[in-house]
Amino acid sequence: MKVLVPVKRVIDYNVKARVKADGSGVDLANVKMSMNPFDEIAVEEAIRLKEKGAAEEIVVVSIGVKQAQETLRTALAMGADRAILIEAADDVHTDIEPLAVAKLLKAVIDEEQPGLVIAGKQAIDNDMNATGQMLAALLGWGQATNAAEIEIEGDVAKVTREIDGGMQTLKVKMPAIITADLRLNEPRYASLPNIMKAKKKPLDAKTAADYGVDVAPRLTIVATTEPPARKAGVKVESVDELISKLKNEAGVL
Amino acid sequence: MDFALTDDQAQIKDAIARICARFDDAYWLKRDREGGFPTDFYDALAAEGWLGICTKEAQGGAGLGVTEASIMMREIAESGAGLSGASAVHINIFGLKPVDVFGTEEQKDRMIRPMAEGRAKACFGVTEPNTGLNTTQLKLRAEKRGDRYVVNGQKVWISTAQVADNILLLARTTPLDEVKNPTEGLSLFYTPFDRERIKVNEIEKMGRKAVDSNELFFEDFEIPEADRIGEEGKGFRYILDGMNPERILIAAEAVGLGFAALRKATAYARERIVFNRPIGRNQAIQHPLAQKYAALEAAWWVTMKAAWEYDNGMPCGASANMAKYLAGEAGFDACQQAVMTHGGFGYAREYHVERYLRESLIPRIAPVSPQLALCFIAERVLGLPKSY
Repeated sequence: MKVLVPVKRVIDYNVKARVKADGSGVDLANVKMSMNPFDEIAVEEAIRLKEKGAAEEIVVVSIGVKQAQETLRTALAMGADRAILIEAADDVHTDIEPLAVAKLLKAVIDEEQPGLVIAGKQAIDNDMNATGQMLAALLGWGQATNAAEIEIEGDVAKVTREIDGGMQTLKVKMPAIITADLRLNEPRYASLPNIMKAKKKPLDAKTAADYGVDVAPRLTIVATTEPPARKAGVKVESVDELISKLKNEAGVL
Repeated sequence: MDFALTDDQAQIKDAIARICARFDDAYWLKRDREGGFPTDFYDALAAEGWLGICTKEAQGGAGLGVTEASIMMREIAESGAGLSGASAVHINIFGLKPVDVFGTEEQKDRMIRPMAEGRAKACFGVTEPNTGLNTTQLKLRAEKRGDRYVVNGQKVWISTAQVADNILLLARTTPLDEVKNPTEGLSLFYTPFDRERIKVNEIEKMGRKAVDSNELFFEDFEIPEADRIGEEGKGFRYILDGMNPERILIAAEAVGLGFAALRKATAYARERIVFNRPIGRNQAIQHPLAQKYAALEAAWWVTMKAAWEYDNGMPCGASANMAKYLAGEAGFDACQQAVMTHGGFGYAREYHVERYLRESLIPRIAPVSPQLALCFIAERVLGLPKSY
């Protein structure tokens, strides 16, 4: 079985995001970029399936700026076999919206015919949590989102999800889309010999036009603002004072 | 001209940062207090293949250049591991370069592979107590007896001799008064470290307690002829080949340490409130930090230039000496400024910057003093007469 994993290049999770002066978005100039952490988990899961013998080949796909090939190289160094880069933007500030990404992925999937797609449940930059679901709809495939555990049994994937109050287990017939949650696994990182091997693995460069997909944004960002600074608290002298403040000032009692 | 990291280099930096993240400030603080080689840190890098970054692929390495190794060493130091972390693996990265260049195929496989794989530790035995940087005056004597050499004498400032399995040793095989040129008559060996015949005394020192420095006393220490690298009497020339890369790597480590100190200092300057404002709002705090940052950045790019020259087979002596000089000074200045930014707390161990300051003296002094680095530039670049 071939497994396809889409990966996105996003602002590194350690970087404190700063809003651009004109409020049009987050400033990404000269900022450290990395693979979306949920996508890393997805890549790791695909590698584990391959190690268990449930998958034969792992193809990683990234859509965005040319530099996303660094992200793909990271996935190859982790253990993916082959990469496809779809250049769809020149500017790091151009975010390709989930529907366009899903359409491009569908085009790739039509060519590649994977038995399973594992994606991150969402990208940490815009938190849309939409691409996996849209892709499933476009393909007419089953989907299991927010996977915390994946087991392959023949042509069925058994997916356990964390839900309010417990765990839910789904069975989904493959081919299917699974999106990865945080606790699915702990991704490995690339060792030096694997980084060296990754250089020799194939990376196909394509453009959005090759697939005839229009990536023009449908959404308009109206404003981007920093979260409001937290106000300092106050110290109270006694329990009575606390209760009185909660009743009369905060109005929560 | 392109100043961007290549994909490889970006991945190297990232992967090293992730390994180092497992060894936090508390780990290095403890190592500095208690001493003891950071074996788990060494093993973590070895397990992922990092000790073989510069080793040729034929000996199980990655075959990358000093540029990549510099990026790795800077990242290690910058993670907060400082010189404690960098010195623990330093010799694995480039120490056996003379064996790679001048050794036989059998020697390369026997000696280099275990170092690249992190299965063996080595120490580098050149400096002697009465010689300093005047290397041609080395006195440690290796006398040929049949198919063996018998070694007597002393070495000093030998790092990791407490844990080393092997020693790369420069010894005089022909007495100084019997050679035409003082650069002749020295031979290079790489051989098992025999603790029966080499007495090791640890030197108590200012910083980097985790990685030992020692005086060594050799008493009839025997080396088989098969462990001699290259020809007898040519050892001085052989080690010269590794000196520039060593300077480049040390420069990278100094830069990393300086940036680690600045990271602590700027975080503190942002958070520390005095007179109802963060102290970092004051230009008297900001400007020195900005100056040190600029100096480190400048030292880094000279280091990268030197590494690029070396990797492209160009003469790199001038750049390597400039890099080592600039980085040694910039690293020290940054660490000192970091302590001063912290005020009284900078003097407290738990704020880490005093440890960095103590460690920053190492790349300032070693492997060549700032004065001799300047002499090199004065003579070889500016064409001024030799002063010593």
